[in-house]
Amino acid sequence: MTKNITIAHGNGGEENNELIKSIFYKHFENDILAKSEDAAVIEDGKLAFTTDSFTVSPLFFPGGDIGKLAVCGTCNDLAMMGAKPKYMTCSVIIEEGFSTRELEKIVRSMKKELEINGAIVVSGDTKVVPKGAVDQLFINTTGIGQIEHKGITASGIKEGMSILVSRDIGAHGATIFAAREGIELESALETDCASLYPQVKALIDSGINIVAMRDATRGGVSAVLNEWAKSSDVCVEVKEESIPVQEEVQGICEMLGFEAVDLANEGTFVLAVSKEEESKALKVLQRTHTTSAVIATVSEQYKARVILNTSWGTKRFLDLPTGELLPRIC
Amino acid sequence: MGLELKNLYDDFRDGETIKAYAKIIAEDAKKLKKPINIMEVCGGHTHTIMKFGLPQLLPDNVNFIHGPGCPVCIMPKERIDHAYVLSMQPDVILVTLGDMIKVPGSKGSLQDARAKGADVRFVYSPMECIKIAQDNEAKKIIFFAIGFETTTPMTAVLVDQVIKLGIANIFFHINHVTVPEVMVELIDSRDIHVDSYNNQIDAFLGPSHVSVISGSKIYEKFPKEYGRPVVVTGFEPVDAMQGISMIVKQFVQERCELEIQYKRVVSYDGNLKAQALIEQYFEKISLFRWRGLGNVPDSGLKLKDKYATYDAEVLYKDVLPIAEIEDHKLCICGDILRGMAKPKECTIFGTACKPTSPVGSCMVSSEGACAAYYKYGNLI
Repeated sequence: MTKNITIAHGNGGEENNELIKSIFYKHFENDILAKSEDAAVIEDGKLAFTTDSFTVSPLFFPGGDIGKLAVCGTCNDLAMMGAKPKYMTCSVIIEEGFSTRELEKIVRSMKKELEINGAIVVSGDTKVVPKGAVDQLFINTTGIGQIEHKGITASGIKEGMSILVSRDIGAHGATIFAAREGIELESALETDCASLYPQVKALIDSGINIVAMRDATRGGVSAVLNEWAKSSDVCVEVKEESIPVQEEVQGICEMLGFEAVDLANEGTFVLAVSKEEESKALKVLQRTHTTSAVIATVSEQYKARVILNTSWGTKRFLDLPTGELLPRIC
Repeated sequence: MGLELKNLYDDFRDGETIKAYAKIIAEDAKKLKKPINIMEVCGGHTHTIMKFGLPQLLPDNVNFIHGPGCPVCIMPKERIDHAYVLSMQPDVILVTLGDMIKVPGSKGSLQDARAKGADVRFVYSPMECIKIAQDNEAKKIIFFAIGFETTTPMTAVLVDQVIKLGIANIFFHINHVTVPEVMVELIDSRDIHVDSYNNQIDAFLGPSHVSVISGSKIYEKFPKEYGRPVVVTGFEPVDAMQGISMIVKQFVQERCELEIQYKRVVSYDGNLKAQALIEQYFEKISLFRWRGLGNVPDSGLKLKDKYATYDAEVLYKDVLPIAEIEDHKLCICGDILRGMAKPKECTIFGTACKPTSPVGSCMVSSEGACAAYYKYGNLI
């Protein structure tokens, strides 16, 4: 570990993992935590339990705001364990001087998203801190969900299985980047921020056996695939041209030197199913987003690695994103 | 239907076209009398070549040497320390471009400075400095300018605007460098710090964006005086494959010429207006120290003396460190940049030296040869 924490330690990639392992896991060590899933599975597999904090800047962005994000983020972590979100807490840290009207707008958008998930906020906390102690508003939410599909795990993926994404990728990361100070690109882009439980329910209702499922938040799709490859000790072989990316997102990637697979999503998940259930799962996903697609198959070629195959017959490793996501210079 | 962004790259990533060029190159390469080493000067090309896996498509007798054209990579540690020290000065906002923020000097990176409370910001366009200066009138905005011919005009425009608008709180730390001078250096070393060596470069893939500004004329001397063909080439994989094919053909047909692959934008003269603006505000410095290569004559720019009041290197002279800082002796970046070694021949590649903890110049930015090998290259 470096002497001081840098922004890179919160990137969802390599440095982030190092921080969690070398400080938090070391002291909090227990069997449930060690599984390192999106949400902890407790009470003999009956309940899923998770927490998340939201510090996004700007607070309002095309297609969403910090409130929507705070509910989606936590509910999606529960949904990714096959759980129906039920009860939530909501803690806010507010910088003095923050507009009451904006606060109410944010809370209203939380309410709307809670209804989509069928969850309720049952406890909360508010703190107001002096100017400069936080950047306008930070929100933490914790959620409990009831597990409806057991056995979802990052370590259950086997050779021959198929991997799908629920929609085109990278929209949230690209939107936030375009809206950031210092970039200020104009675009028609909107975040993908959305509650995923309805899609998960549709998969469960259609009887599909979900092997692994994860929302591709920080670190993007490449972080999820790398984690799965490691946890299941398999090779994930991605067909590059099959990755769905909308034009505006690709445009921003081209300009700034990013890859869409590294960009954060807030309403996009990656799903692993058996080859036999691939087309059935795709049909269910396409009911919500026509852009959902099969992007990878699982092999044993390079264990614990992700490789990207191009349409002209070359291949390369797709690694975890490292460092702070910064535009290339030229 | 208007022109869309994807029109600018879609066709240039077409799998069938790439395969077709691979076939042409393979056929032509059979007629080569000896293997050829092509240096792609620019880090952007290194990135393209490795990201799209192009070496996997080339015959064994056509090799790449990865050149020094990554502006972040070639910044010597003492100049990164300048940025660090400047960012720590009272009332300073240090502004720079993209991944400069990650590169560690001897005191740490700008990211570390920011973690210690310094106000460090990165911008996509230098012109954003004007807004930052207006929003922070009590602060001094120092633009830490880096880059080759491609980014120099953007800095020149900012200097121009700062002077014309009378903005009193923007200053400059200039680290702009030029491509042809370092190419000469690679062919014909005159550095007193480096022993003599034989470079392995047979031809150059010239970066197209540099020539959008400077024209293709800057490379004219390489085929004429140094016997090295140059093909000014674009950055998409189809561009790169076509550029390589043009070089191979020159060797097969025993020609040695300056050619332009990237004809859709590059002209012989380049952007004369941008060149005039650079000329107006900047002048050459006699030596610029390149990380991994040492001093290269006439390869750097500075603000002209009459604009010294805007020059942070002059204004903060008393606090800026001057001692040169060498890289660890196990680092072989100098040899890699000269085409005498590949990243994997380095004993610390991927172990002590990684993108998260770079030791030498080629690992510090995603455009450096070692970083590109680390990220994409391990299947070859």
